[in-house]
Amino acid sequence: MTILSPTSIDEAVAALADPAIQVLAGGTDFMVEVNAGHRRPDKVLSLRHIPELRTWEQLPARDDPAHVRLGATVTYTDMLQPDLAQLLPALAHAARTVGSPQIRNAGTIGGNLATASPAGDTLPVLAALEAVVEVASPLGVRDIPVATFITGPKRTALSPGELIVAVRLPLLDGHQEFRKIGVRNAMVIAVASLALAVDTRTRTVRCALGSVGPGPIRATEAEEWLAGTIDWDRPAATTEAPDLAYFGRLVAGAAQPIDDHRGTAAYRRHAIGVLAERAAAQAFGAGSAA
Amino acid sequence: MSDIATTHATKGTIGENASRPDGGPKVRGEFAFSGDLWADGMLWGRTLRSPHPAARIIAIDIAAALRIPGVHAVVTAADLPASVNYGLEWRDQPVFATDVVRYVGEPVAAVAADHPEAARQACEAIDVQYEPQVPLLDPAEAAAAPPIHPDGNVFRQLTIRTGDPSARGPIVVEGAYEVGMQDQAFMGPEAGLAIPADDGGIDLIVSTQWLHNDRLQVAECLGLAPEKVRLSLGGVGGAFGAREDVSLQIHACLLAQRTARPIKIVYSREESFLGHVHRHPARIWMRHSAEADGRLVSFEARILLDGGAYRSSSYHVVANATCFSAGPYKVENALAEGIGVRTNNPPCGAMRGFGAVQVCFAHEAQMDKLAEACGVDPVEIRLRNALATGDRLLTGQVIEGTLPVARVIREAAALPLPPSPEIADPMTRPGGAGRTADAAHVRRGIGFAVGFKNLMYAEGYMDGSAARCRLSDGLATVTCAAAEVGQGFVTLAQQIARTVLGVEDVLLAPADTSIGSAGSSSASRQTWMSGGAVEKACQAVRAALLQHVADRHGIDPAQLTITDGRVTSTDARDSIDLAVADAAPGVVFEEEVEYHHRITHPLDDDGQGDAHVSLVCAAHRAVVDVDPDLGLIRVVQVATAQDVGRALNPLQVLGQIEGGIAQGLGLATMEELTLRNGRILNPSFTDYLIPTALDMPEVLATLVEEPEPGAPFGAKGVGEPPTISSTPAIVAALRAATGKALNRVPVRPQDIALGDGE
Amino acid sequence: MPERVATLSPIRLSVNGREYQLELDHRTTLLDALRENLDLTGSKKGCDHGQCGACTVMLDGRRANACLIFAVAAQTHDITTIEGVGAAGNLHPLQQAFIDHDGLQCGYCTPGQICSAVAMLAEVEAGWPSAVTPDVAAGPVDLDESETRERMSGNLCRCGAYVNIVAAIQDVVG
Repeated sequence: MTILSPTSIDEAVAALADPAIQVLAGGTDFMVEVNAGHRRPDKVLSLRHIPELRTWEQLPARDDPAHVRLGATVTYTDMLQPDLAQLLPALAHAARTVGSPQIRNAGTIGGNLATASPAGDTLPVLAALEAVVEVASPLGVRDIPVATFITGPKRTALSPGELIVAVRLPLLDGHQEFRKIGVRNAMVIAVASLALAVDTRTRTVRCALGSVGPGPIRATEAEEWLAGTIDWDRPAATTEAPDLAYFGRLVAGAAQPIDDHRGTAAYRRHAIGVLAERAAAQAFGAGSAA
Repeated sequence: MSDIATTHATKGTIGENASRPDGGPKVRGEFAFSGDLWADGMLWGRTLRSPHPAARIIAIDIAAALRIPGVHAVVTAADLPASVNYGLEWRDQPVFATDVVRYVGEPVAAVAADHPEAARQACEAIDVQYEPQVPLLDPAEAAAAPPIHPDGNVFRQLTIRTGDPSARGPIVVEGAYEVGMQDQAFMGPEAGLAIPADDGGIDLIVSTQWLHNDRLQVAECLGLAPEKVRLSLGGVGGAFGAREDVSLQIHACLLAQRTARPIKIVYSREESFLGHVHRHPARIWMRHSAEADGRLVSFEARILLDGGAYRSSSYHVVANATCFSAGPYKVENALAEGIGVRTNNPPCGAMRGFGAVQVCFAHEAQMDKLAEACGVDPVEIRLRNALATGDRLLTGQVIEGTLPVARVIREAAALPLPPSPEIADPMTRPGGAGRTADAAHVRRGIGFAVGFKNLMYAEGYMDGSAARCRLSDGLATVTCAAAEVGQGFVTLAQQIARTVLGVEDVLLAPADTSIGSAGSSSASRQTWMSGGAVEKACQAVRAALLQHVADRHGIDPAQLTITDGRVTSTDARDSIDLAVADAAPGVVFEEEVEYHHRITHPLDDDGQGDAHVSLVCAAHRAVVDVDPDLGLIRVVQVATAQDVGRALNPLQVLGQIEGGIAQGLGLATMEELTLRNGRILNPSFTDYLIPTALDMPEVLATLVEEPEPGAPFGAKGVGEPPTISSTPAIVAALRAATGKALNRVPVRPQDIALGDGE
Repeated sequence: MPERVATLSPIRLSVNGREYQLELDHRTTLLDALRENLDLTGSKKGCDHGQCGACTVMLDGRRANACLIFAVAAQTHDITTIEGVGAAGNLHPLQQAFIDHDGLQCGYCTPGQICSAVAMLAEVEAGWPSAVTPDVAAGPVDLDESETRERMSGNLCRCGAYVNIVAAIQDVVG
């Protein structure tokens, strides 16, 4: 086995021309598989020493809305730092629930995407925010919306020779949050998770679910129902809260959970509905953040 | 009781919070655990294990494995020179499977190679042809099923009958309970280094709970005289019962014999989950009847324990589960039937609490049901039935030692409750870091439970421990083969020597088989057994020293004593006043002793007999916050009072209590090896969840000190009681908060949120 | 079956302020390199999956699971292991506090706990935001008990010495 450690994206992309090479970012998934003997790469491309992948920037508001562009190896710990967390609070919430502090120091946004685990903690947030994945290859850079980037459990739309270089997320104006269920109070894989983001400018609600399907699921029917129920002119002054339990039922209906050793399908469906109702209450209920 | 009033000026004696002698090396990372060992020319051993729960082995072809560069040996059952079976109490387990495999993870072959990767590839290259059979997986079917082993499918069936089991009080409560398969999940995976010796023997450094029992099994299988197999203790990264059985010991020694090279084997975390026994899963039915005031009239129990493929300690786990099935309560009329069976599930054996854990979960749920049926407070109903010295156990044995059940109940109940739910900090709510609950979703419950068990082995087992003490110019050296597994025996050994001899410098020789057996570091027995041996050895040296001084001064040694680290005479006219270090310059005193506890007896056909040496009890009160809609849990506080006899090192006793509660919390809320078709689905710390620092509650503890007659210093073992009643106390609190029946542990979120399993 | 092709390269590791030159197979994790090649066995292998924290070391002062990084990739970092935290006669205050509070039993997790705690205190010093406060906006971190517990949740202790571990850390924080 050989490890290549390029220091620029161009070098990394060039190295990816070798079909045998496997990309290593933070190592929190990759190394587990190597150590368990489930992955035996002949060649490894380490992204650790490419500074441009490790940075993030707020893009000028040419577009509407403004965006944040995260390099692929921005870590969960980076996402927790106040300057970024204030821009993307749901992402920060999700990052906080990832593994342990040690894992958060190592694991990256690009790695979470590339692994595409159904339980990937940031994925519901990326789905709710309709993030765009920037992918580089010798042919150039192309954008892939997150919704089409993840094609199934641990499957992505990445073609051979392509490298995730960044993720772009819109800055929304409105309440955002992330909730995650695990059997332990820390350091746990999600049994179910939910991201909710409100955009007061477009008067939309985005809600995405994790660990209850092959990939993150947008609960579009529930989103539309809730957006249509809110008094957007005075959301915080809404005297009669919308029927958030109904919202929860719609969200539960969107889930496609399975039974596994971490939880039953029935529990996952139930729990995702409870999370949805609670998140919506936080956003729109009495004393809400909206 | 022992003479302990002699040495107050000596630091680090009995009763003080002496520091661990291994604490310094451990915090500096210098302490050598068995996985840290290395030898020149060392090869790496690795085990090939069965992927099937039940299969016939048609053929094993090792040729391809032997061709892999760096591979030095491949061994199977055919290579065993002597006994082919091993086992902790009964040799029913093949070192390597021969004609059949009986569980997923059963060793089939082992390899030695110059690199772990080569060893891994060699294991993959061994071609084993299996013919899968229909596995026997349901323990309820095992007794009547065709035998899956020549010894049959029943490890033990024990019936305890006393009084008139058909007697009935006006109040009857009944329930069925289930306990999942818990794992000890110690942090330091199994590891050992076997070194072939010039005399044809083997030196094995290994993390174990019982050096001498391992030695015997290795010697039998290698065809060596026991004295040719020399074991020494490698640093042990936790045990909790899982290192009582042999794991890699025989494999490593056989490979070392074969290759004439040192062999190191270290299990991966996954292999560790496959390579040691687990806590027996249990299905338990109980029926209690009582007078209207809650006093018990009758008790019935049926206990089914799944022992998995091999016997390990199942025979005695059945005994404990059945003997203590009624809990620490007086009941005249009882019929308790325990059975432990063989299945094609992973083997089960010793884990902290040893049978008492499973039944305590059931009897404490029953006591709460009884309290409710009688309209009596849960604490009060336990007090009304509490066993005390002079009462009889289900086995007819009269409790002769201390057993302050009522006192631990009262003391635990008297500890302060935590402040009302703290809502500002979401991390302390159920769901923790996942921030699932808002303050309004949280409900609080309080639960109470009491448990008891025996100390040490039972039913006539001739238990003993050996120790040697050497004293030379004020430096004491203590030798004992007791395995230090984190429990702090090494601290106690020093404290005991200081107390008896009045010296502060006490060296501990390495634990190895150069001295007689100390028995196992299990059954809460080392403080008593090996503590007793160390005390006795030190007393013998002390007597020799005083004799020496008396001879020199021509006086009666009975006039001499050791006070404040000085040898003095009780007769003021003698004017003897010597520091112990100066009392006999250049003279070496050395004594080796064996210590035994009093004799116990087997149980008869009705399960009656004086089978137990001593008993210990504890009470736990748990305060739990629950999110009932999501079924998520946060244990806020566990308050406990524990019968400790006498706290020889209060800080270490507290550590045992807190650690036992952590494991009890794990069983209550998260820990279970889940099986599908006999295969463990979660053999990793990713999916076998054990409590983190954030899951650990506040612990309040009262040490109830009523010295135990006959026990060295009056002390009782303290390791197991915290795991026994903490689990049912937590589940009782969950029931109080949710109103759900929760008849199974671990309680899963869906059990609370959806009422699954009811 | 894949061929066992070992690529050996000369690498340079900076560990506890000392430079080591060694020839390593690229597959070697930092944890294995420390333990097998440098004889620094204080970092423990508890799971090899980043789930137990027993191998916690510091890379440029930040906590890392040494099992989750190839040694080759660790060359650019200043690595601190438990052996570099303190020595006999010159213990780090946290090491002394672990002894004083009996924050260990078997001791297998202890080196990782201490490395984790040392780095955690530095994170707090550097103003890394609290994970326990409901708001993601930063403020001064009060390293109280629940904050300490959350920040130490990546280091499992099966002996359950958490109460004393937290007490030891709190003692050093003062």
